[in-house]
Amino acid sequence: MQSEKELKTRNLTINMGPQHPATHGVLRLVLELDGETVINCTPHIGYLHRGMEKHGENLTYAAALPLTDRLDYVATMANNVGYCIAVETLLGIGVPERAKYIRTLVSEMSRICSHILWIATHALDIGAMTVFLYSMREREWLMDLFEKICGARLLCIYPRIGGVRCDVSHEVLDSLYEFTEAFPKKIVEYETLIDQNRIWFQRTKGIGVISAEEAINWGLTGPTLRGSGVAYDIRKIAPYDAYDKVEFDVPVGKNCDTYDRYRCRMEEFRQSNRIIRQCIEKLPDGFVLSPEAPGFDMQAGPLNKTQVQEGAGPSFSEVYCATEAPKGELGFYMISDGTGKPYRMRIRTPSFAHAAALSKLCRGHLVADVVAIIGSTDLVLGECDR
Amino acid sequence: MEPFEAAALIKDAFPSDISNITEFRGQVCITVNKDRIKDIMRHVHDEPGLSFHFLIDLCGVDYMGKKEPRFEVVYHLYSMQHGTHMRLKAAVPENDLTIDSVVDVWAGANWRERECFDMFGIMFKGHPDLRRLLLPEDWEGYPLRKDYPLKSDLGEKEWSGYKDVVEVAKRNKAYEAH
Repeated sequence: MQSEKELKTRNLTINMGPQHPATHGVLRLVLELDGETVINCTPHIGYLHRGMEKHGENLTYAAALPLTDRLDYVATMANNVGYCIAVETLLGIGVPERAKYIRTLVSEMSRICSHILWIATHALDIGAMTVFLYSMREREWLMDLFEKICGARLLCIYPRIGGVRCDVSHEVLDSLYEFTEAFPKKIVEYETLIDQNRIWFQRTKGIGVISAEEAINWGLTGPTLRGSGVAYDIRKIAPYDAYDKVEFDVPVGKNCDTYDRYRCRMEEFRQSNRIIRQCIEKLPDGFVLSPEAPGFDMQAGPLNKTQVQEGAGPSFSEVYCATEAPKGELGFYMISDGTGKPYRMRIRTPSFAHAAALSKLCRGHLVADVVAIIGSTDLVLGECDR
Repeated sequence: MEPFEAAALIKDAFPSDISNITEFRGQVCITVNKDRIKDIMRHVHDEPGLSFHFLIDLCGVDYMGKKEPRFEVVYHLYSMQHGTHMRLKAAVPENDLTIDSVVDVWAGANWRERECFDMFGIMFKGHPDLRRLLLPEDWEGYPLRKDYPLKSDLGEKEWSGYKDVVEVAKRNKAYEAH
């Protein structure tokens, strides 16, 4: 018999994804394993790359709007709002007060939708299947409301540059208010399903730890960063739309692990609920679309003088505008050359940074924990690959 | 801290390497010398008066025929301590498509520099793993350059993976329901 010393072991390299139910889309991880422990994790992306930035450069400002729906396809309203704000800032278009409140309202609705889908799949990945069934019930309620607001459930294209497409009706607001009254009890329901569960604690506490300094260094944003105790929220540091007129808190974690990121998102449910209620209560009357809003056929020549930056070469003007999407900071860096099409449309998406940080987060954990870590960063490959 | 104050601080530290400070819609932009990019970035990250610890974004821009030098690498920074946003740019000429990598300063720059290489062909010196990120490894050309067509029929020069897909689609046509 061979003695133990003579036995040779070697690391095993396995492929996780692109078709794997726990990678939330088409993420491929090449894992180098020593037994069950991950020594090295190399993420590969690009399976969903559709050349959105190139397409954006070849469409007019208004016509590029539907592209943004395809970024984070579980929270489409938040993407539309992010794009509209960037273009409005670039071209200097004002937004009516009522439209600002409606946008805030729909952004928070899509945040709840996105977080519901996150808790459903995250719990499912870890093995708690019941949460999935309960949470889809509330998501359906919101989806129906989206349909009543704009006629579409998933790819809404409801916000417009300079406002929103159409007004919201009283029935929608009544039903939404009813939702905000019922929803806090539902959050407690989800929490009872998993918060008292010892298996949940063991699978999430101390898993995927990243300190605040490292998280900032890796460019993490959103609840993934706030789980590490950094209160970085665009809605607070640079308020857009009606966020400066509503009250809400920014929940932060302190143990920097998967469990704290889960807690942050659960608290965000309550804060979003609070914001929606305030928006309904404070909703002013008035128009919902600015008369300056550009049409789809905005082919025409130079924009007017206020829209062009002076001193930056031949009439190039540029802005970077960020919004707090459900996953984190969604930024648009737009460069205008004075024509009706953007010269450059750069999209900074949160999932891109989160996918890059997976190699750091997964190192030293078990293969089963990789699934929990992917869930806790809330990846959507649509916005990662653009 | 006001962005202009931060820009003045950077200008004081590197007086000869900063060529232009512009402002539009309250956003300040500094154009810096690309040969000193690493020193400048190290300085703005480490200096307590600036402490730009957060690299929001890094991307490339192609100004073909509109500006000289042709390419620009744009860095968006944010300082959590001071609450200041800042945009830094470095121009990269077409005949010398290289710039120093800032992965040592911000780990988050790793994939962004790879993407910039993937889309514009700008080489980042000192990058630990400069490969294509979004496109396949055997892809030819740099799609976000302005001379790269949005749609084209390359025929035989088409990427090999695309040809395979077309073949499979042709074969599967036989099974289509009529």
